[in-house]
Amino acid sequence: MTVLDIDRAGRAYGSGHLRVVALDDVSLRVSAGEFVAVMGPSGSGKSTLLRLAGGLDQPTSGRVLLAGRDLTVLDEAGLAQARRRQVGFVFQEANLLPTLTAAENVAIALELDGVRPKAAMTGARGLLESLGLGAAGGRFPAQLSGGEQQRVAIARAVAGGRPLLLADEPTGALDALTGETVMGLLRRRCETGCAVVLATHNIRHAAWADRVLFLNDGRLAGETGPPAGPECLLQTGRTR
Amino acid sequence: MSAPIDSAEATAAGQAPRPPIIELAAVEKTYRTPGSRGVPFPALRGVDLSIAAGEMVAVTGPSGSGKTTIINLIAGIDRPTAGTVTVNGSRLDQMTEEQLAVWRGRTIGIVFQFFQLMPTLTAIENATLPLDLARRGGLRERRATASRNLATVGLADLGDRLPTELSGGEQQRVAIARAMACQPPVLLGDEPTGNLDTHLARDMLGLLKSLNGSGTTVVYVTHDLALAEMASRIVSVRDGLITGDTARRP
Amino acid sequence: MHGYGLKTEFEAATGDVWPLNVGQVYTTLARLERDGMVSAETDADGQKIYQITDPGRDELARWFETPVPREVIPRQEMAIKLVFAMRSGVTDVTAVVQRQRVATVRALQDVTRLKADAEASGDTAWLLMLDALVFQAEAEARWLDMCEARLAREQVTAGLARRRAEIHHTGTRAAAADPAAVERSSE
Repeated sequence: MTVLDIDRAGRAYGSGHLRVVALDDVSLRVSAGEFVAVMGPSGSGKSTLLRLAGGLDQPTSGRVLLAGRDLTVLDEAGLAQARRRQVGFVFQEANLLPTLTAAENVAIALELDGVRPKAAMTGARGLLESLGLGAAGGRFPAQLSGGEQQRVAIARAVAGGRPLLLADEPTGALDALTGETVMGLLRRRCETGCAVVLATHNIRHAAWADRVLFLNDGRLAGETGPPAGPECLLQTGRTR
Repeated sequence: MSAPIDSAEATAAGQAPRPPIIELAAVEKTYRTPGSRGVPFPALRGVDLSIAAGEMVAVTGPSGSGKTTIINLIAGIDRPTAGTVTVNGSRLDQMTEEQLAVWRGRTIGIVFQFFQLMPTLTAIENATLPLDLARRGGLRERRATASRNLATVGLADLGDRLPTELSGGEQQRVAIARAMACQPPVLLGDEPTGNLDTHLARDMLGLLKSLNGSGTTVVYVTHDLALAEMASRIVSVRDGLITGDTARRP
Repeated sequence: MHGYGLKTEFEAATGDVWPLNVGQVYTTLARLERDGMVSAETDADGQKIYQITDPGRDELARWFETPVPREVIPRQEMAIKLVFAMRSGVTDVTAVVQRQRVATVRALQDVTRLKADAEASGDTAWLLMLDALVFQAEAEARWLDMCEARLAREQVTAGLARRRAEIHHTGTRAAAADPAAVERSSE
């Protein structure tokens, strides 16, 4: 089932000789359960692509279909609704609500989905536990380190059962081992049917994906397919 | 509308003294820096502060003076290591986390230096969030309330905009509309104008002043003396102690 | 241990990444025996069984304690490919870089999957091996980014040079036709 269908989308700003093309004729289709990574240098269009995918911006050409709905024909209120129902976001900044504890920040994502408060809190604590933040649930964002705040933000994004998760450089402030934990978490989300699109310049993290796309100057420059499978290890064909 | 500044003055004016809406008594707050070599850091070293309902108070001082700690204690985001904190009749130091969460949602609105808006929610969605959390009424009702709050802060037609589509001043106004969502009696600001230019900062404080005029108690932290002077009372903090208070009589 | 046993144990420990030629193993064992690092006995079937000696153990300890020397630069096929692609006038060298990048990431995807399994089974020695492959791939990817940046800068510089040459050429011709125009258009 196709969750995200970006069809020859382009995004340009300005006009005439001041025109800047952030994205040019990019197509991407992501199915439920698929983990796609997008790599490219700064200015390559990764963030623009994610913003279009999440309905935070509209393309200047082409279409974006999210869970079958054409976002380009929606007004701002319609886009807001589509975002709320279909997409979980993780950015470089955690964007937590400062007057709620870590656990509450995660729990509201569940409550806004209709989960009852007690169950939401239990779910929230469980997620924080899996990210090594079991003891931090009762603390406020101001009392957490940058890396801890980011993990809470990730827990919040994966908490609701939304079909699409968009992550834009989520591991920038995290150490290598925590970064790996986060990638493992994204991978597991895919196994439950979520589609994940990750923008990153970290190649070790991109390698967790089923497919890696390369962007350069707003265009698709290459793509790896799914890995060959456990039977193939380098040139020797051995598995453990 | 002007309220007596303290009980002494009220008594002198022949009125029954009103209990303060905010009271810190002998408050101390010591932080342990993380790690095994945690050196204790005394953020507040014995603070007494009494604020009456309807006052507008600026708290000033250099960075590290303890002013933000005072705001956090009033908001129930932090607990004192010693002393008592009483806000709107509730002893915060005696409440559990769950009780504090509910109390905070009803009593406190807070605005920070960096706008803390959710980047994936529109202005009206951000302004509705506290109402969603408090589960006040149905969706339509909540949206209507948020819409009115946005109009109060001068953003009537910008409800469907995302934060990235708003200017710094507009984003801060959304933050204020969000803080006022549940009509809390106390509005706190931690450097609420910190990121805006002087002109916008004065506009922002003008907005806080008009909210104060409608009865909300406003307490804001600022390091800018010119902005502090827009309040009717200035409390100065230094090295964890109150060193000045324009309400005190010599 | 028999020579053939040594081969299979080595390959098992290093994940078959460097398969050994059995003839090479026997030649090396013969040399080690000559140098006194190992001793040999013949078993009932006439096969040679090797054992490490005390001098051999000392040499082993010395090897563990000495860092691997870095003076020898192994041949880098990809670097050679790029050098000669540029020299032979291949029009789109960036495409060569991009193709290599795709292959590197594809290999890294394989290794990452194996790592996930290895984490689950707790095989630390194997994980060390896989990590070596991961970081080598990352190093290559970073170097490819650098190549691309240099190529891009070179294209910009070449483009500017061409433009300047055009302007100069046009200017020279125009000056010959109309000397006054040179005063107006000085660039």
